[in-house]
Amino acid sequence: MSIEAFYIILTGALVAASSALLGSFLVLRRMAMLGDAISHAVLPGIVIAFLISGHRESLSLLIGAAASGLLATFLIELLHRKARLQEDASIGISFTWLFAIGVLLISAYTGQVDLDQECVLYGEIAYVPLDQISFGGLWTGPRPVLISATLFVLTLAYIIISFKGLKLLSFNEDHAKSLGIRTQVWHFSFMAMVSLVTVLAFEIVGAILIVALLVVPAATAFLWTRSLVPMLILAVALGIAASAGGYYLALGLNGSIAGAMVSVAGIFLAITVLLKVLVRKKA
Amino acid sequence: MQQESSWILDSSLILVAAGTFLLAVSAAVVGSFTFLQKRSLVGDAVAHSILPGVAVAFLFSGTKDPWWLMLGALISGWLSLSLMDFLSRKTKLSQDTAIATVLSVFFGIGILLLTYIQHLESGHQSGLDQFLFGQAAAMKSQELWIYGGLALVLIVCTLIFFKEFKLLSFNPDFAQTLGLPVRGLRILMNSLMVLAIALGIQAVGVVLMAALLITPSAAARNFTDRLKAMIFIAALIAGFSALLGSAISFSAKGMPTGPWIVMCLSILALLSLFLAPKKGMLARMLLQRRHQQKINDENLLKAFYHYGERHANLAQWIRLSDLEEIRDFAEEEQSGALRRLIHKGHLLRKGEAFQFSRAGLDEARRVVRLHRLWEMYLSQRLRLKSDHIHPNAETMEHIISPEIEAQLLEELDYPDKDPHQSPIPYRS
Repeated sequence: MSIEAFYIILTGALVAASSALLGSFLVLRRMAMLGDAISHAVLPGIVIAFLISGHRESLSLLIGAAASGLLATFLIELLHRKARLQEDASIGISFTWLFAIGVLLISAYTGQVDLDQECVLYGEIAYVPLDQISFGGLWTGPRPVLISATLFVLTLAYIIISFKGLKLLSFNEDHAKSLGIRTQVWHFSFMAMVSLVTVLAFEIVGAILIVALLVVPAATAFLWTRSLVPMLILAVALGIAASAGGYYLALGLNGSIAGAMVSVAGIFLAITVLLKVLVRKKA
Repeated sequence: MQQESSWILDSSLILVAAGTFLLAVSAAVVGSFTFLQKRSLVGDAVAHSILPGVAVAFLFSGTKDPWWLMLGALISGWLSLSLMDFLSRKTKLSQDTAIATVLSVFFGIGILLLTYIQHLESGHQSGLDQFLFGQAAAMKSQELWIYGGLALVLIVCTLIFFKEFKLLSFNPDFAQTLGLPVRGLRILMNSLMVLAIALGIQAVGVVLMAALLITPSAAARNFTDRLKAMIFIAALIAGFSALLGSAISFSAKGMPTGPWIVMCLSILALLSLFLAPKKGMLARMLLQRRHQQKINDENLLKAFYHYGERHANLAQWIRLSDLEEIRDFAEEEQSGALRRLIHKGHLLRKGEAFQFSRAGLDEARRVVRLHRLWEMYLSQRLRLKSDHIHPNAETMEHIISPEIEAQLLEELDYPDKDPHQSPIPYRS
C-alpha cells in the first residue's frame, strides 16, 4: 500500500468512525432524517463563511455552518409548531430551500469561492495527500488527516463523557426527565456534535454522503446486536471497513471514493438484512 | 445576424419554459397526494434513488435516449420504494432509518456510477450531471416533447382517479370497506409519484426534487380547505415558479435553473405559511390575541359586577384596588382591558373610580348569566357536584354563542338561581 492510499483510507476511516459513533444514537433516537436535513442545510453557511473569510481553513467555516445548521433546526421547529405544517413537510421544505440558497451562492460567486457543485456532492477525499501541512518539522502530513483525527478524538471524548446521558435520552427520554436529567442539554450538545461532524466531513466526503456514513453502519450494527456498547464498536468497525473497501472499489472502477465507500457500507447492510431475513425464515 | 441569434434564444426559451412548466405542474399535482399522506421524505428518498437507475440505463444503452433513462429511473425508483417498505416491515429498523439508509446508499451508488461514466471515453459528453441539479436549459426539443407529453399524461391520470386517490389519502380503511381495489390503487399512485419524480428531476435535479413535489402543496394548503382547490393553487404556484426560475436562469449566465425554481417555490411557501389570511401564522396569532383580549375584558367586567353584587350596589363607583377582594389580575392585562372597556363605552371613569355604563352593565350581566347558566346545566343535566362545575364554566362563559344561550335557557326553563344560589341576572 502506498503512503497516499494509506492517508486516504486513514482519513476516510477516521471520519467514518466518528460518524458511526454519533450515527448510532441518531438511529436509536429515530432521527436519521434530521441528520440528512442538517447535512444539506449547512451548505449556505459554509459558502457565506467562505465568502467573508476568503479561505477554507478557518474557524469561520465552522461558525457559518453551525449558524445555518441552527437556522435549519429553528426553521423546522417554527414551521412545524407555529405555522402548523406537518413535520415531514417542514423538514423537506427547510432543507431544500437552504440547499438551493447554497448552490445559488456557489453559482453566483464562481471564481471567488473555491468550492464547486461537484465538491458539494462527492467531496475531495482523493486530494487528501496533496494538502500538506507541517508543524515546525515535528510532524508533516496531510491536513485532512489531522482534521479528521481531531474530529475522532473529540467525538470519542464526547461519547465517553456523555455516555450515560445519551443512553438515557435514546432509550427512555421521559424516565431521564423524571430522574431530573436535563435532557435538553444532551439533546443540543448531541445535535451540535452531529453538525460538527457534518461540517468537517463536508470537504472530505461531500454534503450528502455524510448521511450515509452517519446512518448506514449504525443501522447495520443495530441489526446484529441488542446492547449499546457492542453496537457502537461494530458500527465503528463497519465504518472503517467501508473506508478501506471503498478505496479499492473506487480504484478498480475509477470512480468517486466517497461514493464507493457508501456503496460498500450499503453492501454490508444488504448482506446483513439478507442473512437476518433468511435466518428468521428458517427458524 | 444579431437579430437571428436572439430569435433562436427566444424560441428555445419558450420551449424550455413550457417544458419546465409542465414538469413542475405535474409534480405539484401528483405531489399533493404525497403531501397529504405525509410521505415528503419518502419522495425525497425516491428522488435520490433514481440516480443509479439513470446511470445504469446509460451504461446499458450507451445513449442518453430519454426512453431508456426514464425506464432506468422508474425501475430504481420503484426498487427504492419497495426496499424502504421491506426494511421497515421486515427488520427492526424504524421507518426513518429505512428512508435514510435507502436514500444515502442508492445515492452513493449513483455517484460512484456517475463518476465511473465520466471517466469513460464515451462519458465526457454524456451530460448526466444535469440529473444532479437539473439543467432544463440544456434539454433538446425532442426530449422536451417526450417529457412534456408524459407530464400531461400524469396530470390527466391523477384527475381521472381523483376521487379514489382522495379517499385513499384521507381514509384508506373506508376505501377498503367500499370495495375499492386499495392495493392496485396504491401501486398506481406510487407509480405516478415515481414517474413524476423521474420527470421532475429533469427540471430541478435529484437533490432538490422533494421541493417540487411538496412545497407547492404546503404553500397552497393555507388558502383553502377543499382538495380540488388546493391542487389547483399548488399547480398554479409550481407553474409560476417554473416560469420565473427558467427566466432568471436564462437571463443570468451560469445560473442553474433548478435551484432558482426551488428558491421561488420556497419563498412563496414561506410567505403563505406566515402571511396567508385566516390560516397563516400571523393571522392565527392575531386571532389568538383578540380572543385573549376578549377574555381579559370579560373577566374584568365580571369582577366589577361581582364587587357590585357583593355590596348590593351595581351603580356605585368602584376603584381598581377594591377588586383585589374579588380576583387577582396581572397588572398589564388589567390596564389593557380597562383601556379597551372605557374605549368601548362599557365603563365610565371618574378619577380613580369606575362605574358601569348601561351597555357595560348589560355586557357584564351577559357574561355572569352565561357562567351561571352553564353551571346550572352541568349540575342538572350532567349531574356534576356543585363544587366541580366552576372551572369549566370559567372557560365556557367566553365561548357560548347567543344561539346556544337561547337553547340553554329553554332547556333549563329560565332558572332564577344557579347551583350556588346566586341569582342569574337577566337583561333589565
